[in-house]
Amino acid sequence: MRQLCKGNVAVVKGAILAGCRAYYGYPITPASEIAESAALYIPQVGGTFLQAESEVAAINMVYGAAAAGVRVMTASSGPGLSLMQEGMSYLAGAELPCVVVDVVRGGPGLGNIAPEQSDYFAMVKGGGHGNYRNIVLAPASVQEMADLTVLAFELADKYRNPAVVLADGFTGQMMEPLDLEYREIVAPEKLWAVKGTPETRANLISSIYLEPDQLEEHQRRLEAKYIRAHVEARHEVYQTEDAEILLVGYGIVSRVLRSTVEVARKQGLKAGLLRPITLWPFPTEALVEAASRVQKILVVELSNGQMVEDVRLAVNGKVPVEFYGRVGGNVPSVEELHAQVLERAAALV
Amino acid sequence: MADESKVGLKELEVSNNGFEVIHTKSDLFYDLYERKSELQHQTHYCPGCGHGVAHKLIAEALQELGLQDKTVFVSPVGCSVFAYYYFDVGNVQVAHGRAPASATAIKRACPDKIVISYQGDGDLAAIGTAEIVHAANRGEKISVFFVNNGIYGMTGGQMAPTTLVGEKSTTSPWGRRPANEGFPLHMSELLATLEAPVYIERVALSDNKNIMKARRAIKKALEIQRDGAGFTFVEILSPCPTIWGKDPVEARRWVLDRMVPVFPLNVFRDRKPEMPVNNAPPQRPVPDVLEITPKEGGYEGGVASHAHRFKNFTIKVAGFGGQGVLLLGQLLTEMGMREGLEVSWLPSYGPEMRSGSAHCHVCLSKNRIGSPLISHPNVLVAMNEISLRKFASQVGPGGLILYNRDALPADFEAPPKVRVICIPASEMADKLGSTKTTNIVLMGALLEETECLSPGTAMGVIEDKVKKVELLETNRKALAAGRHFIDEHAHLEALSQPDGYAE
Repeated sequence: MRQLCKGNVAVVKGAILAGCRAYYGYPITPASEIAESAALYIPQVGGTFLQAESEVAAINMVYGAAAAGVRVMTASSGPGLSLMQEGMSYLAGAELPCVVVDVVRGGPGLGNIAPEQSDYFAMVKGGGHGNYRNIVLAPASVQEMADLTVLAFELADKYRNPAVVLADGFTGQMMEPLDLEYREIVAPEKLWAVKGTPETRANLISSIYLEPDQLEEHQRRLEAKYIRAHVEARHEVYQTEDAEILLVGYGIVSRVLRSTVEVARKQGLKAGLLRPITLWPFPTEALVEAASRVQKILVVELSNGQMVEDVRLAVNGKVPVEFYGRVGGNVPSVEELHAQVLERAAALV
Repeated sequence: MADESKVGLKELEVSNNGFEVIHTKSDLFYDLYERKSELQHQTHYCPGCGHGVAHKLIAEALQELGLQDKTVFVSPVGCSVFAYYYFDVGNVQVAHGRAPASATAIKRACPDKIVISYQGDGDLAAIGTAEIVHAANRGEKISVFFVNNGIYGMTGGQMAPTTLVGEKSTTSPWGRRPANEGFPLHMSELLATLEAPVYIERVALSDNKNIMKARRAIKKALEIQRDGAGFTFVEILSPCPTIWGKDPVEARRWVLDRMVPVFPLNVFRDRKPEMPVNNAPPQRPVPDVLEITPKEGGYEGGVASHAHRFKNFTIKVAGFGGQGVLLLGQLLTEMGMREGLEVSWLPSYGPEMRSGSAHCHVCLSKNRIGSPLISHPNVLVAMNEISLRKFASQVGPGGLILYNRDALPADFEAPPKVRVICIPASEMADKLGSTKTTNIVLMGALLEETECLSPGTAMGVIEDKVKKVELLETNRKALAAGRHFIDEHAHLEALSQPDGYAE
């Protein structure tokens, strides 16, 4: 049955479907409804909700719950995520699965609470210390806020790694129909967890490797795991078969770009859209494939240009990659992006 | 008492005083410290360090209480970061200062297990002050063993929050000066101001008598945790001969002579708190909680039939916060969904709301919705003059503005090819007994004028949202009043046509 649901609420509904029974967090606009709905729903299905004293405490609570083998999550926005970065590095280093949701707002500093996509570097490149990666998923609708949260839990457990759902203020705040199907989730058995049982007595959760050779070996193992995870890359294309100009954007921007493609095509301009669904691993192969047929790529972000770097790396100079960004909480309209596409397409001829 | 297999680790010697000293190692320690890269038969602690003694007391207490298989030991950052080398229990090593936070979640995940947070003074009383205070305040059912030696050991002798006044360290080279660094923190006393903790005691590893007291305190804390009573905290004054630059015997004496006068040994708390009865959350099946199964008497899915004469229809609702702006948008969106359309609702959120104005975007479509952000709505519902002036120009040709007033402001000019209907919805709602139904009056007008959605669907949605019978009746009247106004309006408009178009 379809229900009208807010993006932030859908995250928690997806999490519960995925078997998440522990939430530790701290409120912040525009992510607070995630904590609020976790507080309302999770205890009713026998789980734990705790409002931590800070985001620092919250992420370290997530660390504890994950160490004990529980499917656990937290959510925040910009400044809160900054505070969580040390903890996320520890989680990755200790190979603990968890889900972290970032409903991105405007920055830097206190910035504002309107939508931006300016946390791409922090989440995709790893905002904490050391060599590590987060799995990063970018929902573009309320339905995906739930579905990609479910996927985030699965991938986190599969790779024993933090998975980030990178949303934005609009996707968190908007309401759309949500269609959920109930199924029993069989969470994987976590033989490595520490649960205070005879079977898990010999287990150790740690990220410290004092000897250089040991730490190098540990990092090589993580690296191999990250390479294995490349098969998880996901994307969506729209009207790319005959496209002359390829638009690339994720999350809320991809929605505006989709409408832009329609408007452009009505006026005879062959535009197409590639939307990365996973930002790490980045859908490099799909992008290279789509780029092989176009004359130009235009990347649009709610940032000063972050994902565009990965697009350029993927395309490796074979096609010109241009960028258009809005920041501060401004989301471009279809007309605005259409004008951009027209301007850049004109330069092609 | 050690078993025969451990005989190699047991040494007998005769002290200078002529009595027998038995060195035994608790079974709770690993026989060989294989997690260490070298010297696996000995600890990494310096000779005379208090950590070794504290470890032994904890290990023996766990062993005596038979808790080995139930214990999770949380190691901090500091000299005791490697506690997991020694304790043959489940081990979790955590970030600097955050052991009480991680221990909280471990205990919540395994409520019938024993969770120990072992922390030094930098970890607990400096970087981790917030975490220990809040874990204690929540009454987490964990045991915290706080080893206070007044110095940062592992990093090489920097000042701790518990360094004594006048004591030199590498970061207080002229001695701790309260005017610059403040006074030593008394964590036990501080935590004893809180309601929830069950047991707080300070002990010292200064001499045999005090070590025996420490042993009893540690065991008592673990017993309290085993019995599920609440938060327990044992502060252990402990020697650090290496950094203090003293030999082990001098260092022990220094604990007694210099630390104890500043950090008095005492039981600061030993009682169960009065816990008010909790309002336990109801336990419900997942499909009910997630509203996958319909609410009783509510919307059961399915599509309400209505002929939609559009592919896309967009509405912007704007007004003051408190006028039901966002709710009107949500109701229209819900109706669209029930009529089988693709829908989206996007609010303005945050400070704008707080400072008094709000708006939202509603998209109704037969296709997948691209941007939920509307640049040119088909309809603007302006619930106040500010919104009318701010957003009217966005309405495209052929569009409609519904203005919540009986007339437009004198100086206002409507955009070309845009119809404006002025409807005194607030006054009408007032007369019906509730100004709060202004938005429903406007909804009635909107539905009647545009036929974008069915009034029947509207009542279905309203009935689901409004539980009070009187209020539901007022809403019903409000919807009807809005529709009626449009009928009248159209009638009057038609009469005013010179060519008799009313026929």
